[in-house]
Amino acid sequence: MSTADQAIRFDTVSKSFGDGRVLDRVSFDVARGSACCIMGRSGTGKSVTLKLLLGLLKPDEGRIYVNDVQIETLNSTGLVEVRKTMGFLFQYSALFDSLSVAENVAFPLRRHTRMSEAEIADSVRERLAEVGLEGELDKMPLDLSGGMRKRVGLARALALKPSILLVDEPSSGLDPITTREIDKLLMDLKASSKTTMVVVTHNVPSARRIGDQLLVLHEGHILARGTAEELDQSKDEIVQQFMTLATDEPANASPTRSASAIGRSHKKEVEYGVQG
Amino acid sequence: MISAFAMRAIRVAFQPPFELREVVHQIYMAGWRSLPLVMTSGVAIGVVLSMHTRATMERFGAEALIPSALAIAMISETGPLMTGLLVSGRVGAGIGAELGGMKVTEQIDALESLAVDSFHHLAVTRIIACMIALPILTTIMNFSGLIGGFLAETAISNVSLRLYFHQAFAGIGFVDYALPTLKTVVFGFIIGTVSSYLGYTTTGGSEGIGRASTRSVVFSSMLLIVINVLLVRIIFLLFPAGAL
Repeated sequence: MSTADQAIRFDTVSKSFGDGRVLDRVSFDVARGSACCIMGRSGTGKSVTLKLLLGLLKPDEGRIYVNDVQIETLNSTGLVEVRKTMGFLFQYSALFDSLSVAENVAFPLRRHTRMSEAEIADSVRERLAEVGLEGELDKMPLDLSGGMRKRVGLARALALKPSILLVDEPSSGLDPITTREIDKLLMDLKASSKTTMVVVTHNVPSARRIGDQLLVLHEGHILARGTAEELDQSKDEIVQQFMTLATDEPANASPTRSASAIGRSHKKEVEYGVQG
Repeated sequence: MISAFAMRAIRVAFQPPFELREVVHQIYMAGWRSLPLVMTSGVAIGVVLSMHTRATMERFGAEALIPSALAIAMISETGPLMTGLLVSGRVGAGIGAELGGMKVTEQIDALESLAVDSFHHLAVTRIIACMIALPILTTIMNFSGLIGGFLAETAISNVSLRLYFHQAFAGIGFVDYALPTLKTVVFGFIIGTVSSYLGYTTTGGSEGIGRASTRSVVFSSMLLIVINVLLVRIIFLLFPAGAL
């Protein structure tokens, strides 16, 4: 694949915090318009990978390319320009709690476009309608449920119509039905606007639904990489354990069944944690 | 580290975008919303100072100098220092807690992800707002103090407002007012910088936010009192005639 087809390229990237090496010469790339799901146990550097991609952290070694721009060498002005092409959905949404839902979504439009207030209001309504929250314009973030906050976070991340969307734990703290709704929003987005996505998740069924490419991080290295089917065939014990969680949930499971399946998956995850 | 933070703030303040809208909003938060506290404190301090001054002046039969003595005390030191300490308590704690809360809930990272320079948007705007608000609040504190002094004095001697203010300003020139008031620009810089730095470097959840808020008040008040000594000394050295 030529570099022109790659929206994101991680080239032998290492990152340490104190004595702990979180990422050790990690390399991967994400094709334009595709979705890459990064999985792995807690503390394996998944969220760090996203923050490196956004330039919130600098790598100790290696190079990171976003839309063919090497970002770790950029100054703050350069980073601002790159970030305009990216959206980030935070694990806990990170909405500005002093601003209403509408103001949160309008924030990047007011900052980076020359749109009139009427155009901004239309765009905000459009973005919120996409995530099913057109009636919640004037609510404050603290008045929203976790799932609603996540949707507002998604609407805000998409406000500037980014070509790359980074998503940190979209299903964290959400019930299985809301998790599926968020997954569907992401899948619809990928299908309709060809947005490149990097999704960090613990939820293997979610990763199966969203990801064209799955990547398992373990102890600072990429343990496995490929489609869900390819990872299902992996001989590696840890990858097998990870992927087995997904087989507990049939692809056409109803939300109720899905919930019980996730409950079983969680039990296995706990067992896996003990073994690991 | 805080000195590097302060140097960066000075450098970034002169770079676009100038965030005027946010600066005005922060002046409203730090200045306008501090008005009730500053005015009430000013009147109370004026009353108390006036009573103390009268007790001393009466012994020497110099009651006519009470307004002038009160004005000198308020304008040269009490007004600027009290305003600095009050603002460091109200605004410093607020900035420390607000930025600390934004840090631990990833709202600062969210700003960066939306292609906004969070340092400029959050820290520099608050520092500038404090630097603008402090001299204005100090002037209001001074005036409130004189009003308080008048109320205390008129209750005893039935002096008129016009005569009281005429006597109060008789021995005070523009430089006498300008130098102590302008030194509060430095106080504003200290309060804004210390509390923004502590908020920006908050770690450890709600406990960390509380710690940032408390430290903002303690460190900025302490620094402000110490730097005040230095500033008064500099004023005496540079403007011996203007120093009251």
